Amino acid sequence: MYQYNEQDQTLIEERVTQFRGQTQRFLNGDLGPDEFRALRLMNGLYVQTHAPMLRVAVPYGLLASRQLRMLAKVARDYDKGYCHFTTRQNVQYNWPALERVPDLLAELATVQMHAIQTSGNCLRNTTSDHLAGVCVDELEDPRPYCEIIRQWTTLHPEFAYLPRKFKIAVSGSEHDRAAVQLHDIGVYLVRNDQGEIGFRVLAGGGLGRTPIIGQTVKPFLEKKYLLSYLEAILRVYNLLGRRDNKYKARIKILVKETGLEKFIALVEAEWLQIRDSMLLEDERIAAMRAHFAPPAYESAAGSDTELAQRLADDAGFAKWVKYNSADHRVPGYRAVFVSLKEPDSPPGDITAEQLDALANLADEYSFGEVRSTHRQNLVLADVKQTDLYTLWQKLDALKLATPNIGTVTDMICCPGLDFCSLANAGSIGIAREINEALDDMDYIHDIGDIKINMSGCMNGCAHQSVGHIGILGVDKKGEEWYQITLGGSSENEAAIGERLGPAVAKQQITESITRILDVYVQQRLEDETFLQTVKRVGLEPFREKVYANH
Amino acid sequence: MPIIKDQRILENTWTFVADDAPLPGGDITVSAQRWTEDKAALSQHAGKLGVRLAPTDNIAALGEDLSLIKLIELNFPAFNDGRAFSQARLLRSRYGYQGEIRAVGNYMADQVFYLHRVGVDAFEVNHPKELELALSAFKDFTVRYQASTL
Repeated sequence: MYQYNEQDQTLIEERVTQFRGQTQRFLNGDLGPDEFRALRLMNGLYVQTHAPMLRVAVPYGLLASRQLRMLAKVARDYDKGYCHFTTRQNVQYNWPALERVPDLLAELATVQMHAIQTSGNCLRNTTSDHLAGVCVDELEDPRPYCEIIRQWTTLHPEFAYLPRKFKIAVSGSEHDRAAVQLHDIGVYLVRNDQGEIGFRVLAGGGLGRTPIIGQTVKPFLEKKYLLSYLEAILRVYNLLGRRDNKYKARIKILVKETGLEKFIALVEAEWLQIRDSMLLEDERIAAMRAHFAPPAYESAAGSDTELAQRLADDAGFAKWVKYNSADHRVPGYRAVFVSLKEPDSPPGDITAEQLDALANLADEYSFGEVRSTHRQNLVLADVKQTDLYTLWQKLDALKLATPNIGTVTDMICCPGLDFCSLANAGSIGIAREINEALDDMDYIHDIGDIKINMSGCMNGCAHQSVGHIGILGVDKKGEEWYQITLGGSSENEAAIGERLGPAVAKQQITESITRILDVYVQQRLEDETFLQTVKRVGLEPFREKVYANH
Repeated sequence: MPIIKDQRILENTWTFVADDAPLPGGDITVSAQRWTEDKAALSQHAGKLGVRLAPTDNIAALGEDLSLIKLIELNFPAFNDGRAFSQARLLRSRYGYQGEIRAVGNYMADQVFYLHRVGVDAFEVNHPKELELALSAFKDFTVRYQASTL
């Protein structure tokens, strides 16, 4: 993975010093609350229901074992012994004390970590495919470009006070695992008719109150123009994006109100002026790719014959391998998902003890690296087949081996009313209720690929509008109600879910979900996934069942 | 009130003239609108001329007049209105403007580092105690990633 040079290290240390000064001035009364708010947000610090919430950046979801250990240390020393992985592959702490945050950041900086631009109306963490570099369907590893973009976005002086937050995602594989189409800018590595690899660039996607799928603005961009093209889009957005209404300030609204054709013309005109002055040279790309060179795989790993026998002998292990691991491009290896969706634990949460243990497992079995996924799980990306059985047992002992990746209990969930000052309704409690109602693993496996995304308010941190089943918490006269959508997707066939009907009361939401699953089981044709069934039969059968007797 | 110019404290010699006010003597700045509408009267003015831009003003509209303008003030109605950053960038890199670019209005001392990097070389200071803070802000970072800005 990318290792900091002296300049990178200096930059994050200087940001800690700067933030320490800003915090001190605020505490002394020399910096107003509005000003400090903007400055602290740009360093990932929110003020929440109970305490500040600090969001730590995990660029494109890549973590080294020593960074995991530091996350554990911070969880113990500054928080209540746990942390939370977010849908942007980042980490959140819910209980740090404001005055201690500068010290916390200084500790993170010792392992090349920071909280720069993890919130605020600026360029946010660049996200990517959690199977980048190891998956079987990849055209090219997107991470070198993510890191190039990370550096370009970090402390970019022109784009620090944008109309609204701005998120970029990059994917290099056939199967989109990074929700690329739902980002302000989405970038796909593609091959053109001449066989050259470049980028297809999308703009204007986004979730939140007005979910919109991004549209292609550049079908093929030569690699050398990556940064100039991004800069052109950002300049157009910075100058023309709406600033009169925060709900209409994202680039998706600019693209919509300007019209795609005119928006593209504006970007092209700007780009033509700057493209030759900021070229991304081949040498720079090559040097960056070297940072992401494959680890020293064992060539003998491919001749393993033991796994087949293990799978036949142990049904529990076989299920875990089926659901919690993915094919690897190197024979004899698999990518292993570490489920943070254990039924008794809030989705995405992990304790300091689990983090430390996982760091050791990463060192022992996966070249010392871990990835975070946008569905709030972790990945050990390079595990030898022959190590799978032992690793499974060890993960199981840590409660990190629930075989539910990609199933209905692999829910995306925001912190909700329990922690977040924006939320209208609880989400963690509902997730637990749904887990309790769906306690039969065979049933869960039978109904297969169903993605439930649940947010406690319109801000949609859990991407409910692209969940196969989306659940949105709303406030009705001080009571928690839930709106259900069906048919959303953040993958290749991206779609915004359709509203099922009126919101349901808190005591009915779990039953509504189980009824939706019942309808699917009754209606599905052989091998049909939930999403396919919803597409084929429409919402009516689900409506009838959910709103009967309610 | 003094200003900061090229990282030094200087006395301000310029006056901003409201659209409906008569032109005083000395160095003056006017709005972009007055610049366009009142160009004849302004060309008779004995002192130096400058323009105060709002975030919504289009730099391209100033066109060839830029050579006559000795000071461009970028006004911040609110510190979080980031359009001035792009305006400064365009003035320097696209239009080759060599005169003074001054940040005025409700910007923060904490923004001085970024403003300097996009080509702003002067800062109106709203409060004397901000002077020292703004001067130190030039040194917030000793490194940078973006090769295309200062």
